[in-house]
Amino acid sequence: MTGTARDGSGTPAAPATAAKSASKSAAASASEAASAAAAIELRAATKRFRTPSGGVYTALRDLDLTVAPGEFCAVVGPTGCGKSTTLSLISGLERASAGRALVHGEPVTGIDPRVGFMFQTDAVFPWKSVLDNVAAGPQFRGAAKKEALSRARDWLRRVGLSGFEDRLPHQLSGGMRKRVALAQTLINEPEILLMDEPFSALDVQTRQIVQDELLALWELTRPAVVFVTHDLEEAIALADKVVVLTVGPGTVKDTFRVDLPRPRKVQEIRFQPRFVELYEQIWSSLRDEVRLAYARTAGDAPAPESAPVPAPATASGTPSPSTSASSSRNSSPTTADRAE
Amino acid sequence: MTDTHTGTASVPGAAPPSSGALAGTAEEAALIRGARARARRRRLLILLTQVALVAAVLGGWQLGASSGALDTFTYGSPDGVVKQLRTWFADGTSLGSIWHNIAVTMQETVLGFLIGTVSGVVLGIALGRIRALADVMAPFIKAANSIPRIVLGSMFIIWFGLGPSGKVALAVVLVFFSVFFNAFQGTREVDRNLIANARILGASEWRVTSHVVLPSAMTWIVASLHAAFGFALIGAIVGEMLGAQAGLGQLIAQAQGNFNADGVYAGTLLIAVLALIAEFVVTRFEKRVLRWRPAQSAGDGTGL
Ligand SMILES: Nc1ncnc2c1ncn2[C@@H]1O[C@H](COP(=O)(O)OP(=O)(O)O)[C@@H](O)[C@H]1O
Ligand SMILES: [Mg+2]
Repeated sequence: MTGTARDGSGTPAAPATAAKSASKSAAASASEAASAAAAIELRAATKRFRTPSGGVYTALRDLDLTVAPGEFCAVVGPTGCGKSTTLSLISGLERASAGRALVHGEPVTGIDPRVGFMFQTDAVFPWKSVLDNVAAGPQFRGAAKKEALSRARDWLRRVGLSGFEDRLPHQLSGGMRKRVALAQTLINEPEILLMDEPFSALDVQTRQIVQDELLALWELTRPAVVFVTHDLEEAIALADKVVVLTVGPGTVKDTFRVDLPRPRKVQEIRFQPRFVELYEQIWSSLRDEVRLAYARTAGDAPAPESAPVPAPATASGTPSPSTSASSSRNSSPTTADRAE
Repeated sequence: MTDTHTGTASVPGAAPPSSGALAGTAEEAALIRGARARARRRRLLILLTQVALVAAVLGGWQLGASSGALDTFTYGSPDGVVKQLRTWFADGTSLGSIWHNIAVTMQETVLGFLIGTVSGVVLGIALGRIRALADVMAPFIKAANSIPRIVLGSMFIIWFGLGPSGKVALAVVLVFFSVFFNAFQGTREVDRNLIANARILGASEWRVTSHVVLPSAMTWIVASLHAAFGFALIGAIVGEMLGAQAGLGQLIAQAQGNFNADGVYAGTLLIAVLALIAEFVVTRFEKRVLRWRPAQSAGDGTGL
């Protein structure tokens, strides 16, 4: 299995190009400093699943992850590498088969009230009105109906959905539904916010708007965030730290600190030279994993060494948005189109 | 961005985006008017055909009966049925007033329907939610379901006598199984994401059941209610036919005993009317509880 061979590169100190090491050592020292009061910690977390045929499939192996309070951490990796599984371990929806999952230093034993989770697919309740959907959290937690509703109205205003209280989810656009889900999650004021490719179903323009809204809302309460995405551009634009996972069984390959200033505007930050630089660094780490994952699904056909990234990989590891010549590595025609 | 909250925000609770009929240029308006007129004409034509069909069957039956081609003793006749109904409503039946008989049957049916539905939903959801319970109960439920219901009718007469409780029991059994299997399946099919979301938001297991599982399984449950009311009616009528002091089933059974074909038809007609009313009520209920679902694609058949 290819995954076994890659085990060595899972350690954070894995040597790479000189350009990379600067940002990497910064990330390493930051995570060490934070570990005393980490909001989220996975220690050598391993997750195995029973397969229908009776075998065992290891989705995660010895995964270490630390997120400080108020830190925005993005997790990228090829499809099926265990990103969603990582979140389910932190949320308490699943238990680690080995290793530990800690939230604020305490082992996760079930669903923690301090955790909020935004799912990849729509998880708003289709039979509840927008208002009732947002009020669900406080109501489930025992708040009086009237108070829950007034707080929900407040949050709807914050996500720009005042006037849509009585609509049903299916009467909203995709972007509006995402904002309902965001309000529904944030109304509980989680200290830990887990997001599983929350915006992957949105078109590019809507996605950028919602990303900006997310950043603005995040600034309000500053929860620790683990944001799973397969879109590297999104990861860099939003996060303080980008974690690259290996192909399954997933483990941490590299960690990159994103030292772009805040507050950020998602649409504009992509054109900063530092963004492009980071993109190239992280992509060169992610690219191999994406290729390996693709090779597996394509029946182990080896990808040509220096050719442009194969099509499915391009889709999952969004091409560099930069117009500068330095990104000539990803010089597929779509790159040029997307930059406009 | 069409998506951002600008103009529309000032119209709270506005109707879901309509078919764009408002956009109309004159040309579009003409097109819509033409389509409407065509649809109206088509509906009228269908209605006329239906009336003609009924007239042909009833007229043929009546003609055959009065000309002697059809033996009225065996096959009855439309005017005989009307006469029978008039007698029942004006002078009452051998089992008391016709309204009393209708009331007895309806009472048994509705009671059986309610008890059967509630127990079917409760057990279906419980077994759907609790895996161990389902595994334990599965063989018993399969065994109980395999018993032909008509046998239970005789059993219930022995247990409950000729009063209404035996009929209610038979209706309950018939309704229960049809609702139970749907509620069970509906519970199994609930989107796991929705359950996970509710749990993360802080819902207890009970709240997950009442706020997520029940509304979600409702699509399945309601689908079974149409058939279930029919089953309840069957349960009550068959129970009455096997032995009762009153009720439409017993009325039909007596008419049959007296070789009164018109009486059998008249009783059947009354039951059909009751069933249609119930179907109407269930459909209204269905529309109400499933309001949240997106409109079915072009279900109204006005096909522009
Ligand atoms: N409940 C499960 N049972 C069996 N296998 C699972 C289960 N959940 C996930 N997996 C497997 O674990 C691997 C990682 O899944 P996931 O975390 O969903 O990946 P992704 O990175 O795409 O989110 C996949 O190969 C998937 O098939
Ligand atoms: Mg996933």
